[in-house]
Parts: sequence; C-alpha cells; structure tokens
Amino acid sequence: MYLNYRPLSIWREIDRLQRGMERVFDNYSSDRNYPLVNVWANEKSALITAELPGLTKDDIELNVLENTITLSGERKTDVIPEDAKYHRQERSYGSFTRTIRVPYKIDVDKVEAVFANGVIKITLPRAEEDIPKKIKVEIN
Amino acid sequence: MAAKNKEMEVQKQETIQKESERTRECPSFVPQADIYETDENIVVLLDMPGVEKDNISVGLEKNILSVNGYVDLEYPEDYSLALAEYRYGDYERSFRVSDRVEQDNIEARYKDGVLRLTLPKAEEAKERKIPVKIG
Repeated sequence: MYLNYRPLSIWREIDRLQRGMERVFDNYSSDRNYPLVNVWANEKSALITAELPGLTKDDIELNVLENTITLSGERKTDVIPEDAKYHRQERSYGSFTRTIRVPYKIDVDKVEAVFANGVIKITLPRAEEDIPKKIKVEIN
Repeated sequence: MAAKNKEMEVQKQETIQKESERTRECPSFVPQADIYETDENIVVLLDMPGVEKDNISVGLEKNILSVNGYVDLEYPEDYSLALAEYRYGDYERSFRVSDRVEQDNIEARYKDGVLRLTLPKAEEAKERKIPVKIG
C-alpha cells in the first residue's frame, strides 16, 4: 500500500508560513523591511533571527523597551585599494533600523544575542510577572 | 561609493532551476556579489550568511569557478515558528574565470557571513604600462 508520507520539514513549514499567512501571530509586527526577520516563539520566550552579512557585532545596536526591540546599525562600504575598479557591485550598503513588537513584556536583563556567520539570534525572555499562571482546578 | 544615509535593501534571489533538479529540499539562493580588480588580483565578495565555514566548497573546473554553501538548519527546540519573512537555504553561484588568472593560487576566506575569493592575476596578464611619448 502506498502511503503519502510527508515528514515534518522545516523548509516546508517556512514556505507555508510565507505563502499563505505571513503573519500567523499578528502580534509580532514590525515596520520597515531590513533586515528580514524570522520569529520563533513559545510561552516563555521568543527567538528572533536575522541575516546581517558583512557586519561585525560592534556594528549592531539593540534596544529593548517593554515589548519592543529595535535592531539598528550600518553596513559600511568595503575599503578597497585605490587602484581597484569594480566590475560588479550587487551587495548593498547603508544604515538600517527595525523595530519588532512581541505580545508580552520583555525581561530586559535576560535578553541574549549571539552573532555568528552573519546571522544574529536574539532571545527575548518574557518577564516572569507577565507569564500567565496556571491554576489547577480541583474537583470536590 | 554609496551615499551616506542610504538605507539597506533586502535582496535575496532564488536560483533558477536549470536542467538538473536539486536533491536537497531546501531552496537555493544566488549570493549577491561584488567583484573588483586591482593590478594584482581579482577579488570576489559573496554574501552567504548562515553557513558554517566547513560547509562551503569552492571548486574550479574548466575555467568555471563554482561556489556552494550548505545550510544546516535545526528547529529551535520547544519553539514554533511565529513569523517567517525570509527563507533559509543553500547558496550556489558560478563564474567563468579567464586564463589570465593563476588558477592554482585562488584563495578563499569566510568571515561574518561573507566569502572573499582572491584570484591572483597571471604575470602576463598584469597590465603592461607603455609610456606614450610625444613627437
């Protein structure tokens, strides 16, 4: 018997999210479009990733305020030798600012950012007091 | 030179499928490139964020310089995807290199998501400056 077996795939899920319902959580919102971000979330935290090739960690600035995070910086032009001439220049340069809103209050002290291979990963933990408490229902 | 207050733009271009299909499920992108030439070298800069150094291969065969980068992506544990604006994927791009390049001495370096290829020019290809005399 032939079974149409389709294992869960990260590629397919990203495609699906992008094609149909780009904003599943309308709560995660942002303004401009550079850099593009992907947001992973669970009850206690969100993980934001963005591609920022050619920048170093000192070129990037992060600002957290209540439920928003602002990612800004500048990609500078390459310093090339004076006698050099360009044959092709496709990569873009310039400054950027992007603000992303999450649907909860961020615990500012616990925000972590890792920048490796041109990709930034920011973990935004939800403030303890903001996490909904589970109340056990007891039956008499 | 870019203007000082220029804003960054998003550019990510997917590879157009040619005669052969990819075996990997993830999409593939054409890395954006800058190419410049000096008296000594031709330098190619490619934006390939998200790949590990060891997953980049640079090959040269019959004057075709090809660059491949593979991403190794895992689901962050216990998280679900809430917003997807960009796609992850492999990178592939190739360039035709002239005989004027010392093909055995091509150097590749990867840093902060950018691959830098340095192609030294062959001795005879270096520009010969001929002084122009008056008269």
